[in-house]
Amino acid sequence: MKPGWLYMLLAGVLVVWVLLPIFLIAALAFSDRSSVFAWPKGLLPQQFSLETLAFFFGVEGVWKAIRNSLAVAGMTLVFSVLLGAPAGYALARYRFAGADAYRLLILMTRAFPLAILAIPLAVRFLQLGIYDTPFGVALVHTALALPFAVLVTSSLFLGIPKELEEAAWTLGCNRIQAFLRVVLPLALPGLAATAIFAFVISWNEVFAATLLTLRERTLPAFLLASLNDSPLPFRFAGGFFLIVPALVFIFLIRRYLFTLWGIANR
Amino acid sequence: MRSERYIPYVLVLPSVVFLLFLFAWPLLEALLLSVRNSSGWTLEHFQRMAADLYFKDALKYTLLLTLTIVPLQVGLALGMALLLGSIAKGRDLFLYVWTIPLGISDLAAGIVWLAIFTERGYLNSFLQAVGVIQQPQLWLSYETPWMIFLAVVAAEVWRATAIVFVILVAGLQLIPKEYGEAAEVFGATPWQRFWKVTLPLLRPSLQVALILRTILALEVFAVVVALGGRNLPVLAGEAYYWYNAYQNPGVAAAYAVLILGISVAATLLYLRLMRTKQEAVG
Repeated sequence: MKPGWLYMLLAGVLVVWVLLPIFLIAALAFSDRSSVFAWPKGLLPQQFSLETLAFFFGVEGVWKAIRNSLAVAGMTLVFSVLLGAPAGYALARYRFAGADAYRLLILMTRAFPLAILAIPLAVRFLQLGIYDTPFGVALVHTALALPFAVLVTSSLFLGIPKELEEAAWTLGCNRIQAFLRVVLPLALPGLAATAIFAFVISWNEVFAATLLTLRERTLPAFLLASLNDSPLPFRFAGGFFLIVPALVFIFLIRRYLFTLWGIANR
Repeated sequence: MRSERYIPYVLVLPSVVFLLFLFAWPLLEALLLSVRNSSGWTLEHFQRMAADLYFKDALKYTLLLTLTIVPLQVGLALGMALLLGSIAKGRDLFLYVWTIPLGISDLAAGIVWLAIFTERGYLNSFLQAVGVIQQPQLWLSYETPWMIFLAVVAAEVWRATAIVFVILVAGLQLIPKEYGEAAEVFGATPWQRFWKVTLPLLRPSLQVALILRTILALEVFAVVVALGGRNLPVLAGEAYYWYNAYQNPGVAAAYAVLILGISVAATLLYLRLMRTKQEAVG
């Protein structure tokens, strides 16, 4: 028999592996300028301070980039749920010719490099007048988030017994009423998780956002474009700020993580 | 059923139209963009790409990064998934912490590891504390591309192992416990059970994880930019520079098509090497 404490030790090491780098960047973000440039560094900053973060938020363009990021992520969230949930419902409730082809299309879209989409779209968006707008970026991010939205909502609706819906029909609801009153309330937490996931995908995406914007940068695009000529405190504070919402979101949707990624097995 | 056969199509249609416009069409356009110029069909863009100073290194480092990162991630994730099954207490906590990196972007991960590898960073501080170096060492410079390479590997393994882990844990949950128990009854050692029972049954999940991670590794971009700028050229980075800095969509598209080509080839290779036997499943 293997001793259980060895497993716990290994698991603990992995926890440190994940958390230590996050702690280190947080320590830098919450320190003053001299601590950021101090050498050698301790695990804790010499001086706890909001100077570095304040400096980051004081840089011209940062707030605008945050606003753009929120706008793009918000639109991505709405688009991918509105487009994805009906398709997920159809896959869960109906057998129809072409369902398998549709599933294949969805899986294929997950397997394409982003560069192949972003470059021609940048050219085309320029002609359409949506280049350098949050809307244009949100369209591309929706294309990234939509496959997940479809697959997750499909397994979500599969988990809600069809009998409940049919009972509502016999009690005099039409299809739409039955969906709104019976299915939707039950599906709401899962739909919220889908929405949050779409938000995170968009919030984190940098390649397409950089190619598709010039002045209306999202936060990652803004950071990337100014990366090589910005001082270290700015980069560290920016990196930390990018991570914070992700931590919260992963905590909120942790119950659905396996539906989000494990779905790939089916 | 009444005449409701049109309902699923109505529900699916918006997403199909959307994907046609934002996937199929750009895909076609990228292909055209890479083989056409103002006067017609041409291989000019591919020739310019291949003749570029950065091309060989970009191709070399992208492939090497993929070949290094993906096996590390799959091995580590498999270990983590099995470890999770052996832990008695606190599984939910470990599960949450280990999946945190799922929400972290590649750019942020690059910046986090920049804090570690930079000249006055934590790595040098640590090395000084244990007496290996006296003065800060410059790791991430063009003179030491291998150190940038190592930093990128560390950042990618740190950030993106969680995806593989989740896919594999989900796959392990699908394997009926009875199989392992039956093997145990027949006297299989834990080691034999892993190789003869768990691993073959996990093959579909492994396949998905390998394909997904390989494709993502082939388009590695922001981590590299954050850690080494263009000192460690990669394919996606070159596509970005050709589009943004040189204003040449043709060559940028050629790079994109090359990334797609390698991705498709890798996917086909995995599908062929790891053909899942239908009869074994059903």
